[in-house]
Amino acid sequence: MRITVDGEPHDVPDGRTLAGVLIAAGRVSWRTTRNGGRPRGAFCGIGVCFDCLVVVNDVPDVRACQRFPVDGDTVRTQRGAELPG
Amino acid sequence: MRYPDVVVVGAGVIGAACAEALSAVGLHVTVLDRGPLGAGTSAAGEGNVLVSDKGPGPELDLELASLRRWPDLLADLGADVEWDAKGGLVVATGETAARTLADFAAAQRTAGVDARPVSPAEAFDLEPHLTRAVVAAVHYPQDAQLQPVLVTKALLAAVRRRGGTLRPGLRATGARLVNGAVAAVRTNDGEVPCGAAVIACGPWSGEVSAAFGAPVTVLPRRGVILVTAALPPDTVRHKVYDADYVGAVASGNADLQVSTVVESTAGGTVLIGSSRERVGFDASLRVEVPRALARRAVGLFPVLADVPVLRAYGGFRPYAPDHLPIIGADPRCPGLWHATGHEGAGIGLAAATGRLLAELVTGAEPHVDPRPFRVDRPGVCG
Amino acid sequence: MRIVVVGGGPTGLAAADAAARAGADVVLVDSEPRLGGQYHRGTEQRVDPRVRHLPDSTVWAAEGLRLHVRTGPADSPHRTGRVLDADALVLATGAHDRVVPFPGWDLPGVYTAGAAQALAKGQGVAVGRRVVVSGTGPFLLPVADSLVRLGSEVTVLEANGLTGWARHPRAVLANAGKLGELAGYASLLRRVRTRSAVVAAHGEDRVTSVTVARLRPDWSVRAGTRIAVDAVCVGHGFTPRLELAVGLGCRLEDGFVRVDATGATSVPGVYAAGEITGIGGADLAAAEGAVAGAAAARAPDPPTGALRAVRRGRQFAAALAAAHPVPSGWHGWLTPDTLVCRCEEVTVRDLDVALDLGAADGRTLKLVSRAGLGPCQGRMCGRAVADLAAARLGHPLPDADAFHRRPFATPLRLGELADTPLHPEEEL
Repeated sequence: MRITVDGEPHDVPDGRTLAGVLIAAGRVSWRTTRNGGRPRGAFCGIGVCFDCLVVVNDVPDVRACQRFPVDGDTVRTQRGAELPG
Repeated sequence: MRYPDVVVVGAGVIGAACAEALSAVGLHVTVLDRGPLGAGTSAAGEGNVLVSDKGPGPELDLELASLRRWPDLLADLGADVEWDAKGGLVVATGETAARTLADFAAAQRTAGVDARPVSPAEAFDLEPHLTRAVVAAVHYPQDAQLQPVLVTKALLAAVRRRGGTLRPGLRATGARLVNGAVAAVRTNDGEVPCGAAVIACGPWSGEVSAAFGAPVTVLPRRGVILVTAALPPDTVRHKVYDADYVGAVASGNADLQVSTVVESTAGGTVLIGSSRERVGFDASLRVEVPRALARRAVGLFPVLADVPVLRAYGGFRPYAPDHLPIIGADPRCPGLWHATGHEGAGIGLAAATGRLLAELVTGAEPHVDPRPFRVDRPGVCG
Repeated sequence: MRIVVVGGGPTGLAAADAAARAGADVVLVDSEPRLGGQYHRGTEQRVDPRVRHLPDSTVWAAEGLRLHVRTGPADSPHRTGRVLDADALVLATGAHDRVVPFPGWDLPGVYTAGAAQALAKGQGVAVGRRVVVSGTGPFLLPVADSLVRLGSEVTVLEANGLTGWARHPRAVLANAGKLGELAGYASLLRRVRTRSAVVAAHGEDRVTSVTVARLRPDWSVRAGTRIAVDAVCVGHGFTPRLELAVGLGCRLEDGFVRVDATGATSVPGVYAAGEITGIGGADLAAAEGAVAGAAAARAPDPPTGALRAVRRGRQFAAALAAAHPVPSGWHGWLTPDTLVCRCEEVTVRDLDVALDLGAADGRTLKLVSRAGLGPCQGRMCGRAVADLAAARLGHPLPDADAFHRRPFATPLRLGELADTPLHPEEEL
């Protein structure tokens, strides 16, 4: 299956979460924090820390470590606090 | 060790404001609380300083007095309590509600409230994310918000600076009377001799005043607030209410009452209220309550539908049967005073309440008419 | 009899099996797409075919014995809502890594040990090529092993010494099998540096090096050196996932759900088993799950084998806890700018300011400092904040449980809440 991340196409093997896709592609961060603008990626890897948030199909605050992509998903870096749409 | 002139029982915003005002006129004050300071109802509210939800009457007069007092009081305290003069916007999405709102606003104007009708287009300028189903709106520039825990702490800090004593974790169990007048407050850890005592225990004032042998009727009304994830700063700019808010406050209906209030905080989260239930002191979760809050919030601000809601918190508003605060001397027990029953308006009313209570205690000219708030009125006393 | 089991790891699987065998109608709710929890990642697990398995399902609220569930892709605004009523619940929600804060722990490339394990075993993805695994406890070894198998160069740092086991010989003997499991990592054991830890991570927008320090027994730093890395995996033990138990009113003891020998909590009809009753590893968790599942389903015969296993396992768990303490020397690793709350970017300095303002209990401290108010609602920072506050106050932080209270066990979208069903028949 194919998804785009920040405009770049990625091929996604079965059973891989968005975090797995991003880390395998060499990304360590895909969000900036609200106050400090600091980069964040995955931390706990099991869905409890809410650091790995990313925007999927225009909906922010999606945990990359928990979300399994589907074909055609558009994923982009989340910048601070964002509104959906 | 000097004994205090006044013991204030209850370190919520009302107790803190009374203690601050008493200490400001030179009295030596001790504040007690069975728990941590400012951890009761004061920590469970939104920090409302509102005129928009009050029709003409004593409560509105007290609020206007409080609104005049807050800026000077905060300047004296010198603390940052996240005061935000953000203003309020009440909106109606149906014709009946629009007419009720218009009448209400007109009445409020006669009582001195700055209530400005605005067109739907003007409403959307004020709040770009507002539902386009709005047919009428009123802007209340005087509505403000502050952080209730910070303000309670700041008031108490002033008491301490002036030589007063703060004693969290100390439970008042009654009074020792001499010749029928208060001579000391009894606690679970000894007595505190004093010249006077003020019971400012919010929804627990009924229980505490009974322990003092001078019961007043104060009942709890449960309120729950939802908190969203942090959103971009200008998502919601004012306190925004559905016009049905007013009806919910005045009603004694035991059933769940919900009307929409949506506002942002300094931290970027959006708070969604407000529910009113009479369930005693039951703090357990009833999903229908947050669900109703969510439903109406999404109705007012459709963009919020896909926003995460992180938590719900709640508290118990203290109300007297006639829905007016209780501020004044206990008629049965010289030296005993009450400051409670502010329902959902305690934060905003605290500044004037403290000042009024201090005036009454010291015999100074009260800056507002104290009669409507007197302890000795039907349904409250005995 | 309808039993709902929450959690599909070793505990929940065992509980669901035991309850089904006892003739109950069992629903197993699991937030993961596949059974097995954290422990069994990458291997297929099965449950009794009579059990109704609800994967990709998150319990976001509990009202007595009624659970509110959302099923669908993680964090999607369009999941299906369901209400499940139960005659009894078994909470098997497990634990997550505990990480003490240190300078630079918020840099990308710093992960928990659990994250590295989940990515490696679940997806065959290595978090880095030159990895330091640092923390305390035997769990560090399987993590290092997984990374080595994926071709990473791994250094393992155990902050404590390895002498703690010697103090609990009975527990060690009773669990000789477990030692065998660990012996499988013998080659790795030789690579473990004891009394050493990562005390700082460095880099601009990602970690590029760490300070590795020799530690005293109290975890204060003797001396440190810098080494280059591209990933760091940290684990200082585990924190139980208590929110549902707390929301249901279950009493806690020493930071875990208090249960009797059958797994019954202080709330009638609610049972708890596994890591939320005490950290003790997968075997103990499964044994406790079997006991609790049988008890919840009112099985006629007590599961004596499982009960014996629980007794042995609890001794081992106690030995484990004693051997891998987290003493407060880590406080000295911090600078005023070190983040304590990652979500809200609250620093050590911010926490001190809040304490100076008189925020002396858990709830007030949260409200004033903002620590614990972000999306993770205190899961990552709660213990660290409570520890640091206690050190400042000179006594345990009152109402530290404020960091466990989450009426919404996980976030959901406001629109989902607006439309959520209130009764079991409705499904939206």
